[in-house]
Amino acid sequence: MMSVFAIVRLELLIARRNMWVATSLILMGLFSSVLTLAGGAPTGTLGVDPLLVAVTSITTLSVYLVPLIGLLLSFDSIAGEAERGTLALSLTYPVSRGEILLGKFLAHLMVLGFAVAVGLALTAGLTIWKYGAADLSYLPLLKLFATSLALGAAFLGIGYCVSALVRQASTASGIVIIIWLVCVVLYDLGLLGALVADSGGYFTKTVFPWLLIANPADAFRLINMPAETVSTLASGLGAAGPTIGLASPLVSLLLWPVMALFLAWLAFRRVEP
Amino acid sequence: MTALLIENVSKSYGPLETVCDVSLHLAAGERLALLGHNGAGKTTLMRMVLGLTPLTSGKIEVLGVAPGSRAARRAIGFLPESVAFHGALTGREQLHHFARLKSVKASVADDFLERVGLTHAMNRKIRTYSKGMRQRIGLAQALLGQPKLAVLDEPTSGLDPISRHEFYDIVDDLAKAGTAVLLSSHALTDLETRTDRIAIMSKGRLLANDSLMSLRKSAGLPIKVQVTATEATADQVAQRLGGQRINGCTITLNVQQEGKVALLGEIASLGNLVKDIDVTPASLEDLYRHYSTADQEGT
Repeated sequence: MMSVFAIVRLELLIARRNMWVATSLILMGLFSSVLTLAGGAPTGTLGVDPLLVAVTSITTLSVYLVPLIGLLLSFDSIAGEAERGTLALSLTYPVSRGEILLGKFLAHLMVLGFAVAVGLALTAGLTIWKYGAADLSYLPLLKLFATSLALGAAFLGIGYCVSALVRQASTASGIVIIIWLVCVVLYDLGLLGALVADSGGYFTKTVFPWLLIANPADAFRLINMPAETVSTLASGLGAAGPTIGLASPLVSLLLWPVMALFLAWLAFRRVEP
Repeated sequence: MTALLIENVSKSYGPLETVCDVSLHLAAGERLALLGHNGAGKTTLMRMVLGLTPLTSGKIEVLGVAPGSRAARRAIGFLPESVAFHGALTGREQLHHFARLKSVKASVADDFLERVGLTHAMNRKIRTYSKGMRQRIGLAQALLGQPKLAVLDEPTSGLDPISRHEFYDIVDDLAKAGTAVLLSSHALTDLETRTDRIAIMSKGRLLANDSLMSLRKSAGLPIKVQVTATEATADQVAQRLGGQRINGCTITLNVQQEGKVALLGEIASLGNLVKDIDVTPASLEDLYRHYSTADQEGT
């Protein structure tokens, strides 16, 4: 267990030096503040909780940013170290591959969690500054934070998987960008297209809900988009399908990190540095 | 006590056999140098000892346990060929990390930084280090935790002669403290005085494994005697001794160990005709060439 801490410590140091921490902080902080300040404008005095409006905008943003940051933090972890030759040396130390993976994961999750937390804290602060602290419900904010961590963890795991399967970090970076594009952009577009073509048939009723929750990014969106008023503003997809409860997207979002990390561990075990 | 046991070990990648039926053993406190061309199988053999590469056949035991097991890894110090670290870290941070993995105190790690002469640069980023300095960090991490077996792959490549000398001083101290040292090198001249045994590998096979003395004896390479005369006497000396004139006043003779003393007596009897004598035994280079070409002729 001590070696896991040692690896967490080293990875945090590297992430700080490599400006990964700064980059993710600036990304999340900047976008959160802009969306909070600009996001309230259309609703104005509609009577909707202004924090809820902000959370909705930030959910849409997080769907893109959190997976991206997760993949960027993780793609180099194994392939890059194997390429540089640092992995071979690490593996001659009395530390297992599982411990190495776990240490890296915890460190990267901390970086990601820190960036998301700062972004959401800015959102809360700016909302209170603009509208006052009364009548705000903070639960959606906490839910957004927790699910962002799960979403980030899933894509960290996917990144390690890719990193363990290929030999070069440059290849890994290309593959994770493709994965990102597919998961957060193309997947939804494809589903929308299929929905339109199917126009309420078998696909829409039976297959579509499963496909929607199977993608961690969509599961994340389903959990954080309030079912009522605002969801229609933010996403065409949320409203297009039949109503899906909270339970199944939650299970999907929690299963993904576990599954991805397990697969990454299996792939890492086969790596000969 | 046997620190390292290698028994009939082979490794093949498909049809390509990189290590072929190699057997070696290494006792505590013994220094063994692996010699061989690039691609002779030295690094593959070391990687199998470290448990990084599985064996195709044969058996390896590190202090009686399987290579790559936690107990084996705790007892091993490894310095990879052209060692690399994360450039964003300082030398001290990197070494402290390795110390934590081996449950060694940070203060002890600092002592090793001093031992390899890096204290002045320990707070600088590793990416600013020269190759020699990275090699020193590599050596320092291999020394952590008093390893029972040190595996050093081309440890002196990139080091200047003085650093090389300091490096072998550290290896000597390790061996005195009971660490078995397995190293590979291209800088043959260093190894003559600094190792107990020499193993020569070529194309994955072990050609020789003995002390330098015995290797010299069994190779039967001649001792080179160089006699310097004056321009006036050179002809006369060459006639009396036989041998080959290489310039106006120098004559080279090759003689086997048994004939050395007799020849020297003969030269001494020439008196004033001779100005100087040089006696050079077969060098490691000669031996290395002898064993690796003998193998090529054999196959």
